[in-house]
Amino acid sequence: MDTRRGALAVPKVRRVGFFTSIEPPPESSQRPNRSQSGPVEATTSSSPLSNSPSGNLISPVLIPPSRHHSDNLTTRVAAAAPVPVPGPAAFRRYLAQDRSLLHVGSYNPPDSLLGTSTPSSNGEFSEDSASLFGFQRSDSTKLSASFPNGGFDLTLAVRAPQESETKIATASASEGKKKIAKVSGKSESVTTKPQKEKEQKALKDKTTKAERRAIQEAQRAAKAAAKGEGSRRADESGRANPGKATKKPQPKKERLPVTSSVSEKTAVAVEKEKRMDVPQTLMQYDDRSRVDKAKRRAVVEQTESKNKVELFLHLPQYERGNQLPNLSSNFFTLDSIHHAVYKVGLQHLAGDISGDNARCIAMLQAFQEAIEDYITPPMKDLTMDLTTKINGYVSFLIECRPLSMSMGNAIRFLKNQIRKLPVNLSESEAKISLCSDIGRFIDEKIILADKAIVQHAVTKIRDGEVLLTYGFSCVVEMILLYAHEIGKKFRVVIVDSRPNLEGQKLLRRLVTRGLDCTYTHINAISYIMREATRVFLGASSIFSNGTLYARVGTACIAMVANAFSVPVIVCCEAYKFHERVLLDSICSNELGDPDAVANIPSFRTNAKHSKTINNNKNLQFLNLMYDSTPSEYISMIVSDYGMIPPTSIPVIVREYRREHLLL
Amino acid sequence: MPDVQSTVVEFVNKLRKRKIEGSQATAKCTVELLRSVISHQRVPHANQAAALIDAVKAVGEQLVAANPVELAVGNVVRRVLHIIREEDLSLTTAAMGGLDLLDASDDDDVDNCKGIGYPAMSAAVVAAAARSTLRPPSLQTLLEGTPESATVPYTSSSGADSESKTADKSSLTRKLKHDVIEGVNQLIHEIAGCHEQIAEQAIEHIHQNEVILTLGSSRTVLEFMCAAKEKKRSFRVFVAEGAPRYQGHLLAKELVARGLQTTVITDSAVFAMISRVNMVIIGAHAVMANGGVIGPVGVNMAALAAQKHAVPFVVLAGSHKLCPLYPHNPEVLLNELRSPSELLDFGEFSDCLDFGAGSGSIQVVNPTFDYVPPNLVSLFITDTGGHNPSYMYRLIADYYSADDLVM
Repeated sequence: MDTRRGALAVPKVRRVGFFTSIEPPPESSQRPNRSQSGPVEATTSSSPLSNSPSGNLISPVLIPPSRHHSDNLTTRVAAAAPVPVPGPAAFRRYLAQDRSLLHVGSYNPPDSLLGTSTPSSNGEFSEDSASLFGFQRSDSTKLSASFPNGGFDLTLAVRAPQESETKIATASASEGKKKIAKVSGKSESVTTKPQKEKEQKALKDKTTKAERRAIQEAQRAAKAAAKGEGSRRADESGRANPGKATKKPQPKKERLPVTSSVSEKTAVAVEKEKRMDVPQTLMQYDDRSRVDKAKRRAVVEQTESKNKVELFLHLPQYERGNQLPNLSSNFFTLDSIHHAVYKVGLQHLAGDISGDNARCIAMLQAFQEAIEDYITPPMKDLTMDLTTKINGYVSFLIECRPLSMSMGNAIRFLKNQIRKLPVNLSESEAKISLCSDIGRFIDEKIILADKAIVQHAVTKIRDGEVLLTYGFSCVVEMILLYAHEIGKKFRVVIVDSRPNLEGQKLLRRLVTRGLDCTYTHINAISYIMREATRVFLGASSIFSNGTLYARVGTACIAMVANAFSVPVIVCCEAYKFHERVLLDSICSNELGDPDAVANIPSFRTNAKHSKTINNNKNLQFLNLMYDSTPSEYISMIVSDYGMIPPTSIPVIVREYRREHLLL
Repeated sequence: MPDVQSTVVEFVNKLRKRKIEGSQATAKCTVELLRSVISHQRVPHANQAAALIDAVKAVGEQLVAANPVELAVGNVVRRVLHIIREEDLSLTTAAMGGLDLLDASDDDDVDNCKGIGYPAMSAAVVAAAARSTLRPPSLQTLLEGTPESATVPYTSSSGADSESKTADKSSLTRKLKHDVIEGVNQLIHEIAGCHEQIAEQAIEHIHQNEVILTLGSSRTVLEFMCAAKEKKRSFRVFVAEGAPRYQGHLLAKELVARGLQTTVITDSAVFAMISRVNMVIIGAHAVMANGGVIGPVGVNMAALAAQKHAVPFVVLAGSHKLCPLYPHNPEVLLNELRSPSELLDFGEFSDCLDFGAGSGSIQVVNPTFDYVPPNLVSLFITDTGGHNPSYMYRLIADYYSADDLVM
């Protein structure tokens, strides 16, 4: 099927978003085909640009086009596998991206590379690289200063935030090289001892002295950090790599019928991967048989709500209030669920963690812990068993609270990583590799992405503007705080809605930081919209038809803004993009606790009334959690890939998913 | 007389303190007050209509000033003025019938100085002049070329007086006042009964299995839906809760008590739900002459969403809500900001409010009303039937006389 597109083989770089500077497009990330005999030749021949000095290339956002060689079936498989040689080229590309990001704002990748916290063990690394690349430290500290207060409640997410943060940091440091390659488009690139040597040899040929030094510094720093974290890990990560680097059949092929030719095998594998790429249909809760089946597996006992809203029978509607005590009393009896996952599930259920990013990070960290404690049962395959384990965790989490789209994406990433584990890895190596993958995902796709978004979005704020925002979005909060810190003069209008009143949290945070705020409720939106000059909105997900899926009320805001000709800017990390399509807010949604709507502040009316008529069959309370905003209301989407129109979402989803860049 | 004055002051205070809520209640109180003003007004022999008009206007100005946002007050005052003028005219025309007969004896009657010279005017001219004062200038009057005289109301009333002198002066005087009070009573009856009139039309608009969205708490809407329910139509109602006053909860409670299938949604879910709604029905706070609607806060959002999904947006309004004024910047000028404490607990944010040491400021905006421009409204249902927004100015012209528009 792909041979049809063989004619498009010439690599072209397409860039998305709005960029001011003129720069030669850097080459697409070419991954030579592992199953081909001459990978290096393949690379160079197909992309003549790859060897050009790219030190001053600027590429904030580029979409590497899909490469279609004539025997393109194998490339997908190859994408998963590392190659021995192209390290330096990749690294140079990385450098190029550094510079480009620098020009966009005072963005400091090495600093941000290490996440929010740069503990002493990594200080050397960031310091080195910062001075080396000539970044302004002051700006970067400013950025990071604006960061920790905003954003995810890591303290909530993890009981011992310090510990977890250092874990992320060290993981990222020890993986410095990996990540460097990853940014440039590798889904998985590993450095091995022999590989490093090769690299250095190649470096001497191709790179300038400064660049070589940079690489050495980075390597030294990574080594130092790894040592600080524990020699065990460093060793293992070092040993883990050769397995990957050597050419091996795919692990999943063992489950497939053995065929003689390699290409056939890969064809089947690709076919399978294709099938997995098709998004699964969501569970429909009015489908009796499936619900019953799911119930038998369920960990959480849930009684179905007696007074269901008819329009939403396809969504789970359970009685609230008894799940949490049930679950917490079962804490010690349930051993099928890892305690960290259990804790996160409870937190989701109780609403202690809310906000998509925070929920996703909490979940991933719990998985990290669970994987660390995982021991493969005898006579079982790690890949298979761990996947089923993770599936169990996921269904538990779904029972606690339906997953958000972004969490679904993260889980898919994790499963992909498990699937792609080379078979010859020892258990501990595999575990470490997975944990570091998860840490990298959190770092790159969420924390770094947010920083990139802040840098992009802040260019859209001018002095004297009135920025309107709705509810609480941690990215928007970071943008506002950062813009305030760099001295922009503006006013913020916070629009809030019942029953969560998240806007009050944002109001408190902004006011204590010295911003001038106006607070109102969503009904007054058309009164307040005449004052606003820009609308900043957060997102839970953006679907590939450009529909924005976000906290309920967002659509109202966008619609009114559109009616008043106020530009609507949506801030969304790219890992939240989803290839599903959605037209309305009914088909796919989440229902919150109806009692939250029923209970109104007592000073207004007698509090009794909701109690007395609650059991009336005719009266229902509907607490929608999300709604979908049609794409025509959205002026611009700011993602970590730049500023794009909503029509570009399917492009990004398709291209980056194919390249395994998105996840 | 002093007791009337004291009730006026009392009512003005109530209006000022916003003790009376809802346009219907306000309208009812106003019209009852005006009735007592009229009944206590001492009417001079000459020019009684003018005296009544002056008295009502004086009270009306106080009332309007007390709560300029409550347009129903002004509407009712104008309606009462209109009634006075109309009763006066009908007396004039009734007398006019006798004018021709009594033409000869007219000259003898000279005790009324104002009456001198006018009886010479032909009945047709007087009638035309009177018509031109009561109706806004129409094409017919323009074509007839009748000169419009500012003194015509006085003329007609004095003309009536001059006629009445010949018959029974005192009985006619009493007759005008009596007629006016009769008219005002009718108005009271009309305001009280507008629900039924509107509800009667429900069956034409609500069909089986309909899904209706409403917001705010309006008795008219409640009666409208219940009327359809009584006619064995089964449909479901979505009620937006209407934070921060939560009037939607009150409405939902009443609807459920009457056996309607009701779902309360948050205000933010209006856009999400509107795609499954067949009709949006709201009660207006006031209807402006251009067809724009002032309604409970959040209405504009619902109207925009309804337009986006091509859902009919129906406004129910009793005739006392029809305001003869054209709005200018109504979102701000005809709005009212309520207490911030409904949105934010002061105690909760008191630590952020020290305005020193680099902390920002908090403004809380809590408007009461919302304006819906006429192009978003599909239909008005008043007690006289359904109308297009573009027709409202004409409907309004039937209820008010052009002289009273500016009070």
